[in-house]
Amino acid sequence: MAVLDRKLGRDARALLGQLIAVALVVACGIATWVTMRGAYASLLLTRNAYYREYRFADIFCPLKRAPDALAARIAHWPGVTAVEARVVEDVNLSVPGLAEPATARLISLPAQGAPRLNALYLRAGRLPEPGRADEVAASEAFAAANQLRPGASLAAVLHGKWQSLRVTGIVLSPEYVYEIRGGDIFPDNRRFAVLWMRRPALAAAFRMEGAFNDLSLALAPGVAPQPVIARLDRQLEPWGGLGAYARADQISNRFLSDEIAQDRVTGTWVPLIFLAVAALLVDMVLTRLVLMQRGQIAILKAFGYGNGAVAAHYVKLALLPALGGTALGIGVGAWFAHGLTRIYAGFFRLPLLRFRLEPAALLLAAGIGLAAGAVGALLAVRGAVALAPAEAMRPEAPAGFRPGLLERLGLAGWLPLNARMVARNLQRRPGKSALNLLAVASAAALLVVCGYFLDAVNYFIALQFQQVQREDVTVSFERPLSAAAVHDLFHLPGVGRVEPFRAVPVRLRFAHRDYRTVLLGQAAGGEMRRVFDANRRVLPLPGSGLLLGDALAERLGVHTGDVVSVEVLEGRRPVWRERVARTVYEMLGMRATMDSAALGRRLGEPGVASGAYLKVDARAAPALYAQLKRNPVINAVTVPAVELAGFRETMAQSLWISTFVLGLFAAIIAVGVIYNGGRIALSERGRELASLRVLGFTRAEVTRLLLGEQALLTAAAVPLGWLAGFGWCALLVLTLRNDTFRLPLVVSRATLAFAAAVVAAAAAASALFLRSRIRHLDLIEVLKSRE
Amino acid sequence: MAGTGSSDTIPRDRSAAAGAPPADPSAVFRLRDVWKVYRMGEVEVFALRGVSLELQPGEFVVLLGPSGSGKSTLLNILGGLDQPTRGEVRYRDHVLAAADERELTRFRREHVGFVFQFFNLIPSLTALENVELATEISEHPLPPREALELVGLHERLDHFPAQMSGGEQQRVAIARAVAKRPEVLLCDEPTGSLDFATGKLVLEALEGINRELRTLTVVITHNAAIAAMGDRVLRMGSGAIVGEQRNPVKLAPAALSW
Ligand SMILES: Nc1ncnc2c1ncn2[C@@H]1O[C@H](COP(=O)(O)OP(=O)(O)OP(=O)(O)O)[C@@H](O)[C@H]1O
Ligand SMILES: [Mg+2]
Repeated sequence: MAVLDRKLGRDARALLGQLIAVALVVACGIATWVTMRGAYASLLLTRNAYYREYRFADIFCPLKRAPDALAARIAHWPGVTAVEARVVEDVNLSVPGLAEPATARLISLPAQGAPRLNALYLRAGRLPEPGRADEVAASEAFAAANQLRPGASLAAVLHGKWQSLRVTGIVLSPEYVYEIRGGDIFPDNRRFAVLWMRRPALAAAFRMEGAFNDLSLALAPGVAPQPVIARLDRQLEPWGGLGAYARADQISNRFLSDEIAQDRVTGTWVPLIFLAVAALLVDMVLTRLVLMQRGQIAILKAFGYGNGAVAAHYVKLALLPALGGTALGIGVGAWFAHGLTRIYAGFFRLPLLRFRLEPAALLLAAGIGLAAGAVGALLAVRGAVALAPAEAMRPEAPAGFRPGLLERLGLAGWLPLNARMVARNLQRRPGKSALNLLAVASAAALLVVCGYFLDAVNYFIALQFQQVQREDVTVSFERPLSAAAVHDLFHLPGVGRVEPFRAVPVRLRFAHRDYRTVLLGQAAGGEMRRVFDANRRVLPLPGSGLLLGDALAERLGVHTGDVVSVEVLEGRRPVWRERVARTVYEMLGMRATMDSAALGRRLGEPGVASGAYLKVDARAAPALYAQLKRNPVINAVTVPAVELAGFRETMAQSLWISTFVLGLFAAIIAVGVIYNGGRIALSERGRELASLRVLGFTRAEVTRLLLGEQALLTAAAVPLGWLAGFGWCALLVLTLRNDTFRLPLVVSRATLAFAAAVVAAAAAASALFLRSRIRHLDLIEVLKSRE
Repeated sequence: MAGTGSSDTIPRDRSAAAGAPPADPSAVFRLRDVWKVYRMGEVEVFALRGVSLELQPGEFVVLLGPSGSGKSTLLNILGGLDQPTRGEVRYRDHVLAAADERELTRFRREHVGFVFQFFNLIPSLTALENVELATEISEHPLPPREALELVGLHERLDHFPAQMSGGEQQRVAIARAVAKRPEVLLCDEPTGSLDFATGKLVLEALEGINRELRTLTVVITHNAAIAAMGDRVLRMGSGAIVGEQRNPVKLAPAALSW
C-alpha cells in the first residue's frame, strides 16, 4: 500500500493543475452555498434579536383620537403584555440644504424615560430632555442622508406654524428598519424623516393632551394576533380606528421580511444550482481522469491488487481535490457570508449583528462536496475494475473508429482533414462529447442566472419609472381636498399638467381572505399613471370596477368578474361591494385601482382628491419646491427621479455585490470546466498530436487542431447554456414571488453576451494554457511508448 | 561531482585535431563529434559520445546495437526531433544543430519521413486520409493512392487504423512517411511489433521505396538478420559507432530468414 500511496502523491503532482481546477469548482459551489445560506441565517437571527431586544410590537393600530384611559384598559386584556399609546403625526419639514420640501413623521416618546415598546437604539447624542418642546431625536437613515449631526436644526410645520427643532440624538428603531413614507415604493431618506419628540410637547402642538392616536401592543408568546385585532377594531371604531394590523403587515417589517424570505430562496436555490453543477463537473472530470489510467488499473490488477484496493486508491485521489475544495469553499464562504451580512446590516441599519453558520448547512455542503468526488471516482473505477486486466490494458474503446454519420452522408470528402478529425472525435464518443457540452453549458447557464438579477431590476426601473409613473412630481395633501385646491396647483411655478388622484386605506375581503392596502382613484383618461396587462400593453381605466394587481388578486383568490367587499378605513368608513373589472400586471406592491369619479361617488365625496400628479418644467423646479415647502396643505412631495436615484444607491448596490460574488464563482467554474476539458483532451490526444508534429505539422497547426475541437464544443455549449439559464431564471421567478416584489422573466442580450463572453474568455485562458502545453510536448517520449 | 557541466566532461573536438577525412560534398548528412547528454538531477547519462558519420543519397543503412546504445537518440537527431548537446549536424547545407524549433519543423516537413515501432497513425483518419495528412503539407507529394500502392496496399483504403492489422498499419505509416517524397526515411524498429511474415512485407515496402525513389533510408533494428539487406551496417555501443560494414551484395527481404 505504501507504494500505491507514493503513486498517489506523484499522480497528484502530475495532475496538479487539473486537481486544482476541480478543487476550485468544488470550492465555488460550496462557497456560494455557505455565503448565501450564512447571510440568510445571520440576517434572520439578527432581525429576531433586534426585534426582541428592542421590544418591537406585535400589533399596530392607528386611529383618530382616543383617551389614555382606553389604552390602560386594553393593557389588561388577556394575552396583551404591554401597550404603548403614542401621538404620531406627519408634518411638513424643512431640511437645511434641501430644496424640495420633506416630510417628518413625529412620534411621541413618553414624558420620561424610554418607550415600553419599539425601543430606540441611541447611535449618537441623547434623547430629548423631558420638558423640552424643541428637541427631537432623528432616525439615522434620514440624518445620514442629510448629513445631520446632533445639534443640527430643522423646521417643521406644527399645527400650521413653522417651528424650529433641534436634533439631540441619532437613533434607530425596529419599527423603521425601512423608513418608508406611506404610498412610496422606495425609501427616500433625504425627504422622509422619522423624529421622536417628548409626548407633552407633541400633544400640545396637536391638541392631543391626555389622548393618543396610535397604539402598539405586545402579545404574550403563543397568542394569535387575529382575535386581538378583531377586538381592537371593534373597540376602536368609535375612536376613529384605522384598522389594526399585525407585525406581518407592518410596512417596515414586511419589506425586511420579504427581503429575508427572498434571501432564503436565493440562498437556497441559487447555490443548490451551483452546487449541483459543481458536483456534476467534478464527477465528470474525475471520471475522465481515472479512465485515462485504465492501463495502470489493469496492471495493478494483473499484479494481484484487489478491486477494493484499486478503488480505494482512486477514491483517495478524488477526495484530495474534493476535500481541499470543500475546506476552501467553507472558508471563503464563511468569510463572504460575514461580509454580506455586514453589508445587509448596514443597508438595513441594524444596530446589532449576529453571525451564524448553520452546522446542518455546513455538513450538507461538505457531504455534497466529498460525495461528488467519491462518487465520480467510484463510477469511473467501477467501469475500469470490472474489465479483465487483459482487456483493460488495451486503450479504451478498442473498436476505435468506424464509418459514421459523416461517411454515410458523404460529407467526409467535403471537409478538410482536420475538420474530419474533429468531427470524428466528437462523434466517436457522443456520450462523452455530450457530457462535456453539458458541463460548459451549465457554467454558461450559471452566468445567465447571475446577470438575470440585474436585468430584472433594470427592467423594473424602465417599466416603473418610464411606463407606470410618468409624472415629474407627486404631491399629497394633508387631508382630502376639493377640486378648487387641485386647481390652485396650476398656478404654481412650472406646473404644466395636473392630474388629481384619490387614495384611501381599505381592507379588501373576498370569501375568508382579506388584505389591507391602498385603493387608488385615478382620473379617467389620465396619462401620468398607467396600468398594464400581462403582455405589458397599456390598459384603459374602466368606468367602474376594480383593477387588481395580479399578485393581490392571487392573494385574495379572486378572478375577473368576482365581487369583493371594500371596507374603507378612514372618514365615514363606508363599505361596499365592487366587481373586479380585471387583473393587471404589477411588479411591485399590492394595490387596487379604480376610476376616481366612481370612487368619489362610492365615498360620497365627489371631486375630492388626496393629491395630484404634476408635470413640471425642470427649470422652474427650485421655485416650485420652495413654494410647496411653504404650502400648508401639501403634506408630502415625491419626485420619482429622486426616488429612482435612492433606489439605485441602496437596493441596486447590494444587488451588485451579490451578483458580483455569484458571477465570480460562476466564472471560476467556467474556467475550471473548460480548462479541465482541454487538459483531458490534450492527454487523450497527445500521441496523435505528437505524430503530427513529427510529420512536420507546426505547433500552430497542431494547436489549432486541438483548440478547434474545444472551440466547437464551447460554441455549441453557449446557446445551450443560454437556454438552460433561461429555464433556471423561470424557476427562480416562480419561487421568488412575494408581496412587495415580483421578478419579471426578462433576460437581456447583455446578459447573454456576458455569459458568452465569460465562457469565451475562460476558453481563451484555457487555450493559452494548452498552447504552452503543446509547446512543451515531448515528441520523443510520446512516440517511444505504446499507445 | 554534482553540478559538473557537460562541457567539462565532453572532451574537446577530437576530429579536427585528429585530422578527420575531408568532408564528402555529396553527403546528405554530415555529423561531426556529436554528443548527447541527458542530465537527470545529479546524474548525467551519455546517450551519444562523439559520433561522426556521413550518409550518402539513396543509401540503405541498417543501425544495429544493444538496447540503450543510443540508436534512437541518433535517429531522432538526424530527423530533427532532437538536438545534440554538442557537435555538428549538417543536412546538405543546413546546420541542424543550430536550427530553432521552427526551422526543424520545416526540415521535417520538407525532407524527412519517420516510421516508428508503434505506427502512430491518427485513429480518427482512414488509411487514405492518414496519407493525405502528409501530402497536404508538402509541395510535390506522391498521389496518396500511389504511395499506398508502393507499400502494397491496394484496397481497404477507407478503413480506419483500428480496422487494420499491425502490418497493414505499419505499411500505411510507411506510405504516409514517403508520400511527401522525402529525401530521408528514418525507421525506428519498424518491424519491432510485427511477426516474421508481416515484418517481411514491411521490409519489402522499405526496400521498394529505397530502390524506386532513391530515398536515403536508415533502419534501426535489433534483428541482425535484417542487416543483410542494407548497403551499409553501422553498429553502436555505449553511445558510439563501434563498427561499420559494407555489404557487397544486398539480399532481398524475401531471402532473409530469422
Ligand atoms: N529522455 C531521456 N532522459 C534520460 N535519459 C535518456 C532519455 N532518453 C534516452 N535516455 C538514455 O539514453 C541512452 C540511449 O537511449 P536510446 O533510446 O537512444 O537507446 P536505444 O539504442 O534506442 O535503445 P533501444 O534499443 O532499447 O531502443 C539510454 O541509456 C537511455 O537511458
Ligand atoms: Mg530505441
